[in-house]
Amino acid sequence: MFEKNGGALSSIATAIALLVVWEGATRLLGIPTYLLPAPSVIASDFARNWPRIADSSWITTLNMVAGFVLSVLVGIPLAMALAYSPQVERSIYPIVVFLQILPKIAIAPLFIVWFGFGTMPKVLLVFLLTFFPIVVNTVVGFKSVDPGVMELARSTGAGALRTFYKIRFPSALPSIFVGLKIAAALASTAAVVAEFVASDSGLGYLIITYNGQLATPMVFATIIVLGVIGLVFYFLIEFVERLVVPWHVSMRADQAGA
Amino acid sequence: MAEAQIVLKGVGKTFVRGLQRTTALAGVDIEIARGAFVAVVGPSGCGKSTLLRLVSGLVMPSEGSVRVAGEPVVGPRADTGIVFQKATLVDWRDILGNVLLQLEMRGIDGPEARERARTLLTAVGLGGFENRYPHELSGGMQQRAAIARGLVHQPGMLLMDEPFGALDALTREQMRLDLEALWLRERMTVFFITHSIDEAVLLADRVIVMSQRPGTVDHVFDVDLPRPRGLAARNDPRFAALTDAITRIFLSRGVLDEQRLAL
Repeated sequence: MFEKNGGALSSIATAIALLVVWEGATRLLGIPTYLLPAPSVIASDFARNWPRIADSSWITTLNMVAGFVLSVLVGIPLAMALAYSPQVERSIYPIVVFLQILPKIAIAPLFIVWFGFGTMPKVLLVFLLTFFPIVVNTVVGFKSVDPGVMELARSTGAGALRTFYKIRFPSALPSIFVGLKIAAALASTAAVVAEFVASDSGLGYLIITYNGQLATPMVFATIIVLGVIGLVFYFLIEFVERLVVPWHVSMRADQAGA
Repeated sequence: MAEAQIVLKGVGKTFVRGLQRTTALAGVDIEIARGAFVAVVGPSGCGKSTLLRLVSGLVMPSEGSVRVAGEPVVGPRADTGIVFQKATLVDWRDILGNVLLQLEMRGIDGPEARERARTLLTAVGLGGFENRYPHELSGGMQQRAAIARGLVHQPGMLLMDEPFGALDALTREQMRLDLEALWLRERMTVFFITHSIDEAVLLADRVIVMSQRPGTVDHVFDVDLPRPRGLAARNDPRFAALTDAITRIFLSRGVLDEQRLAL
């Protein structure tokens, strides 16, 4: 714990040092703002244009969360079917893998053709990018239940449903959360790419617009806001993980400490 | 003569995997009295574990019949508790939760069940550890929890598959002592699989010696050493005579070979 706080403090110190060097270098070397704006310029421009960024942030966050939730709702039940039915696995898994190998971002323009410019294509692209890590890790989770524990379960004569919610599901949860966290990290990338392509709203659209105006400080500001949104989303998932699978998190902490 | 708890008649088990057929057991006849402590000792691959699975109802025989408490075994039974070589505790439940899992899986609940779980944990030496998680306990303590889990539903018959095989020598000695004490207290029928001749003679009323694959009953020895035996029973001349007799069987069957390096 102590070491962890020490780590956070020293990384904050490093970040501050970097900002100071950055600020000093842009001023001393006279680097033009459109190439590399000083942190102070980024901050003041950001403060002036705050409402516009806030509105776009809201849209991007909604796209991210909606796509992610859709992935969870479709991905986890599908993964369960894949894990328990060899028939489903044989018939669907190759298609899922093929979809994963496709560069999904290349599909984005098609989505615009099919679904227009609204929310739909963006949510779908987030869904497409976050879907695979959730499915794969959930399948792994359900398939890697300790065979000894399964034998114990069989020896009790318990039915399939009881075995599922007492043994299989809790046993798969740590792996499911691995998938959710990878998906959470991908979600903001997916949302921004979709907004680049659709180019009508959101932070991705804002970056394209500001870039076109050579308003580089605002491009920086938008990227920073995007980073913060992604980070908050990721830590939210990690927080839920701590609540839902505390035994797993505590085991990990033990291993790190050893 | 006490009523028979476990009766195997002409039991054989053949596993089929693709085109390969492996006969693990053939012509096994065993009768175990209610409340007896019976150990099965034999070389690796002689079908000891298969024997235990047949009695537990996890596996069905290819031939012959397995009866427990007078009824043919057709699947997992309510009056059977199992302890495997690995503790197989689930890591998302504390020790008490792991013991209660046995009850929850069987649809048993209520304060008495909970009370019995606590009592048993104390009996196996885990009093005060109820709320620890498996990864916080040593291998020996995990196995103690597994024994409590195997007994919590008052099974009347405890099947143990090399339960101390994965433990270090000193822990194993302690576990043997404690198992004898627990058995004297609970008086369940124990069917104990081991590859240790010493352990079999030290713990059991009767030792069944298995032949190599396909496994069958080679010899049966009655162990009439007084209880509680503790570890001092090893100094009894009868202990030495029995372990020697069993060792000789393994020597004569080629399971053990004194001349191997001299060749």
